[in-house]
Amino acid sequence: MAKKSVWSDNRFWQRSAAWITGFASVLLIWLTFDTMAQITIGTDSDLKNGVTKRVPGPTVINYKITYEMSSKRGHEVPIIGGNDGQGMSLFQEKEKFFGRDDWSEEEATELLHLGKLGSQVKNCMNCHTLLGNGAYYAPDLTKAWLDPQWGPDGSMQAMTGKNTKEEAMAEFLQNPSKYPTHSRMMPNLGITAEEAKGLVAFLKHMSSIDTNGFPRNFGKIEGAVHGK
Amino acid sequence: MANNHLTGIGSESKELATWYFTFAAILFGAQLLFGLVAAIQYVMPGFLFEVLDFSVARMLHINALVVWMVFAMFGAVYWLLPDETGIETVGIKIGKLLFWVFAAAIVVVVLVYLFIQVGSADEMSIWFIHEGREYIEAPRWADLGIVVVALGFVANLFLTGMKGKQTGIVTVLMADMIAFAGLYLCGMFFTDNISMDQYWWWWVIHLWVEATWEVYVGALAAYGLITMLGAHRKVVEMWLWIEVTMLFGSGILGMGHHYFWIGTPEYWWEIGALFSALEPLPLVAMFIHVLYDWGKTQGEQDAQGLEVSVIRNKPAFTWFVLNAFGNFLGAGIWGFFHTLPQVNLYTHGTQFTSAHGHLAFFGAYATILIGMMYIAIQGTNGIKVMNHTRSSIWSVSLLTGGMMGMTVALTVAGYVQVLVSRAQMGATWAGYFDGQSGMWFAQAMDWRLLMGVVMFLGFALLAKDFLTTGKNPVHQR
Repeated sequence: MAKKSVWSDNRFWQRSAAWITGFASVLLIWLTFDTMAQITIGTDSDLKNGVTKRVPGPTVINYKITYEMSSKRGHEVPIIGGNDGQGMSLFQEKEKFFGRDDWSEEEATELLHLGKLGSQVKNCMNCHTLLGNGAYYAPDLTKAWLDPQWGPDGSMQAMTGKNTKEEAMAEFLQNPSKYPTHSRMMPNLGITAEEAKGLVAFLKHMSSIDTNGFPRNFGKIEGAVHGK
Repeated sequence: MANNHLTGIGSESKELATWYFTFAAILFGAQLLFGLVAAIQYVMPGFLFEVLDFSVARMLHINALVVWMVFAMFGAVYWLLPDETGIETVGIKIGKLLFWVFAAAIVVVVLVYLFIQVGSADEMSIWFIHEGREYIEAPRWADLGIVVVALGFVANLFLTGMKGKQTGIVTVLMADMIAFAGLYLCGMFFTDNISMDQYWWWWVIHLWVEATWEVYVGALAAYGLITMLGAHRKVVEMWLWIEVTMLFGSGILGMGHHYFWIGTPEYWWEIGALFSALEPLPLVAMFIHVLYDWGKTQGEQDAQGLEVSVIRNKPAFTWFVLNAFGNFLGAGIWGFFHTLPQVNLYTHGTQFTSAHGHLAFFGAYATILIGMMYIAIQGTNGIKVMNHTRSSIWSVSLLTGGMMGMTVALTVAGYVQVLVSRAQMGATWAGYFDGQSGMWFAQAMDWRLLMGVVMFLGFALLAKDFLTTGKNPVHQR
């Protein structure tokens, strides 16, 4: 009989399985530590000191947020409080959120907490996508805060009879089927005024998260691929 | 090894397995039913509006999916344990009690989903209504219950495996099931940080369906090849270890393909692209393995001049072969389509994902679990060689044909969405609805619904076959 080959030896493959699984798991855990440090939510002092975080602190709702091309990174990034011209945030320009741009860290955290809870309890993810994950029955909410539909040139402020983006969004969330934009409507989920405020804060915060350029060209295109 | 796989009569473990299979089959029907409701809503948005909204129907659709598969997976382990270990499963009384606890909890959860649907934005709703996190929506009280049930199941598996003969298949299952149960813990906490939330959420979803569940399927396929064909254990188990090596080697770090756009650092682009691109390889290996063992065993028998099939359970084997191919096609090919970040930037969160999800869950998991149900029917009815019936052939054809049609329809819809809503319109609200209103998209949704109905008919015939085939005289006893 020919000499037994290692390639047809069960013990060899069993050990390979154990080693490779172990190696992959250790690498995943190591990367997880690094990622955790990078995606931990920022603080108010980060924003005040101009520290760019992948997930900014809740008081980001006090700032103007845009989504612009970064020449360094080659894709769009959230810009908080103004652009330095190179695609870096200046953390200067504020924007009123429900009439105030001085939400304290405590208040903003509470509002974000309410909004995140609301996003789960109202089951947003089983119609919409958040950061691209969820169901595909309704628009992606990752950068919904920046959607031109809600801006001064969009139709939603006029439709809901409100003068600001956040008020229009909150009004829509409380009475969605009153303001249909498509035959597929959002149902009434019993969202209260306070919950709606929290949800809008959650959306504004989500739009400030650095998603590596997803979605591409958001809100930049009107009609053609390279148009402005 | 006790060779009593042809009879489940007298084994309490196998009796418990049939309970699990029965409940799983009922939930499979429920999954299809709520899937149909959601599919109708794409075509007629007014259907059950503010009565049973899409979000609720879809939550029931995907939760029934996960739960019926977990039930069938537990059942399959209880079925194969006596064959593999040569002894009756340890702790079967507790196993039976836990079955009822699990089943009752599921019924309560479903009733709450159906009749309460949404609560107010507070912790109470997370505890008692649902957690609103895709696939693992179960409320926190049920989470804790699931942990208890899973611990009991894993304990029974370990105690039996350590007391009886510990084959390669049992060793793989023991290692795999403890990871499967443990990973569930990653999905049980609440955080205000949506990026952190989704990071750990994927530890459950991805490491289940693209790692531990796949390894589980490898172990089941190995068991099926030994019991249905009489394939050589040593060869089968060597393949199994190779598959485990490849599946975990690619699947664990392949998780990076979910970390492209959720706030996580850029290095996941490279890691996710590389390892997830390797994920189809073990699925090719599994496909070759099944066909190789089939051909080899049949060839050996043909060489002895015996002109009969080596397959002892035709319907089950049909489903196992479909599994080998469906896993490769649905998880492998349809997954690879959009796994590279350059492509995924545009396909992420479109019907493309939905096409892949449908074919992968069906191809990789539904098929082999239905096959296991047929093995159980063979065993409990003392059948030596189980043949196809008219309903078994029709059900497999309609279920598979319906699923393929649905996948193609959803893929077309995905293309429209990628081109119109994403590439052309830049993913806004207006862009989204422009894509949805497109003729190709609308037609794709019509076809998807039609193919869903085809699948439902296939399920009805499958249920009929499950209930009647045991007594059918076409089988050799």
